[in-house]
Amino acid sequence: MHIIMGSIDISLLVTSWLGDNNGMFQAVLQASWETIYMVAISTALSYLIGLPLAVVLVITGEGHILENQPLNRTLGSLVNATRSLPFIILLILAIPLTRWIVGTSIGTVASIVPLSLAAAPFVARLVEASLKEIDWGLIEAALSMGASSRQIIRKVLIPEALPSIVLGVSITAINLVGYSAMAGILGGGGLGTLAYYHGYMRYQTEVMWITVVVLIILVQGIQVLGNKISARVLNKRR
Amino acid sequence: MIFLIESTAQGKSSGSTPVPILHYRGNVSSKELTPIPEKCIFFGEARILIEIRDLTKVFNSTPDQIVALKDISLSVDKGEIFGIIGLSGAGKSTLIRCINHLEKPTSGAVIIDGQNMASLNQQELRLARQKIGMIFQQFNLLSSRNVFDNVMFPLEIAGIPRPQARKKVEELLDWVGLSDKARVYPEQLSGGQKQRVGIARALANEPKVLLSDEATSALDPQTTRSILRLLKDINRKLGLTIVLITHDMNVIKEACDRVAVIDNSTIVEVGDVLSIFSNPGTNISRSFINAIITKEVPEEILHRALSTNIEQVSSLIRVSFIGPSAGEPVISNMLQKYAIKANILYGNIDRVKDTPFGNLTLELMGALPLINAAMDFLRENGLEIEVLQDAYYHGEH
Repeated sequence: MHIIMGSIDISLLVTSWLGDNNGMFQAVLQASWETIYMVAISTALSYLIGLPLAVVLVITGEGHILENQPLNRTLGSLVNATRSLPFIILLILAIPLTRWIVGTSIGTVASIVPLSLAAAPFVARLVEASLKEIDWGLIEAALSMGASSRQIIRKVLIPEALPSIVLGVSITAINLVGYSAMAGILGGGGLGTLAYYHGYMRYQTEVMWITVVVLIILVQGIQVLGNKISARVLNKRR
Repeated sequence: MIFLIESTAQGKSSGSTPVPILHYRGNVSSKELTPIPEKCIFFGEARILIEIRDLTKVFNSTPDQIVALKDISLSVDKGEIFGIIGLSGAGKSTLIRCINHLEKPTSGAVIIDGQNMASLNQQELRLARQKIGMIFQQFNLLSSRNVFDNVMFPLEIAGIPRPQARKKVEELLDWVGLSDKARVYPEQLSGGQKQRVGIARALANEPKVLLSDEATSALDPQTTRSILRLLKDINRKLGLTIVLITHDMNVIKEACDRVAVIDNSTIVEVGDVLSIFSNPGTNISRSFINAIITKEVPEEILHRALSTNIEQVSSLIRVSFIGPSAGEPVISNMLQKYAIKANILYGNIDRVKDTPFGNLTLELMGALPLINAAMDFLRENGLEIEVLQDAYYHGEH
């Protein structure tokens, strides 16, 4: 605990330790890169699935531009069902699918499949909430001009919700950092694997702490970046 | 662009004698904003632009159904500003949305320029809506776009080529006086400026009609007046038909040619704004008018009238003047012709659209037959008379 409290202690520890452990430094660097890689790709993939899902969930909702209650309810239940699975269970359940897509269920690339799968319904709900914040008047105005559903989605819904969607991206990425560590324990690679195999199994406590520090920096960085981009999008409009 | 000079005796505004009119046969182009003469009659075309027939709208909400509109029939002429006034919840918002089918009527028909809106498929309805502009109480501008791109939006929807669209936007912004704000985002604009952007946006696709959904209700009185001036200007110079809904009789008074009063989901009164102002046929119309024109005689004046005249018969009447009669010395003529006295208790003069509209509360004193004859004389001279208090003898009080 006292190591966390004082930042000077940690930096001293890290520099002295890194001096004698160049190999370990390389391993941490490698693992960090793997984590960033996994998180980035699976964030992108989860939006690729989740964003259209959110749009469909919104526009097929009651009174919306393409109201379709059966489709809306089916999709909603599907999203809820996926979200109710604990990630660790989903990881195991997804193994056959991962093997089928990637060819293996172990390693960084393989982790991307369950990570994207877990994040997609989360993204769908997140983006859905952003899209629902849009004043109905804007959609009505577009309809009164004769806009098609496609035009409303591309020119009204997405651009108007963009600042809020960007904030959602950082929330998703941060969640995925956590999930990726869990995937790491099942051989997914990245900081999770490093912390588990070296830090926990081999009692290399300093590896554990370095991982923690790197994760904190990573999460902090994602949040700051997300806030900045969202604020920039918003400020442009003020 | 061609203007043909023709002669016709028909047309609502041309009066009884044939007058030369200008007939606009120009092709629609970027020059669309060129003024069209004020009293322009579209010869050979139907006079009615919008016809609403037996329209009923029922909302199926649990537990009961809500009847928002019941058996509405209305027609809006080409080139007029038609107002629909009602209290909130009367159904006017639903009615204006039925016109462009943002709300689908439960039964009945909306016919715009000969086209039954209900008969259109999705694609046709979108095309028809491009020719029906709409402005809103909350402006509904896209916060993700600057002023220029907001006005560009309907042109993108209509698939107008970019260079042509840009030119049109510049022209429209110039028209509404916001050329210097083109790169500004809506959040930085005042309410009046936002509504001007809304108007420019609604005019972009050169609509046949402009629907105004409480467009001035979120604005202060001065801004309301300037927006109404702009709408009147557009109506005059482009000959554009405007249908507006409001709960504010001032808006009707300042801008509209005709008005429909909606109450409890039905139209209770339709007519010229002037005739409804001078002679409201329903209590709801009367209450709308009384809300903006002081007609009540202040208590103390009434009291004074009762106490100062002790010998004679007197009658308290209210006289309404419209247009030309407002300029004639009718009261003075009456006093010369009949041996009665008149005491002016209260008076004011106002404008309904561009016509002077006044009312005067008089106490007429003298012999009863003379008072009655004098009132007949006023009626013969085209004044509306309302007797506030019948003849009475002061002495008996």
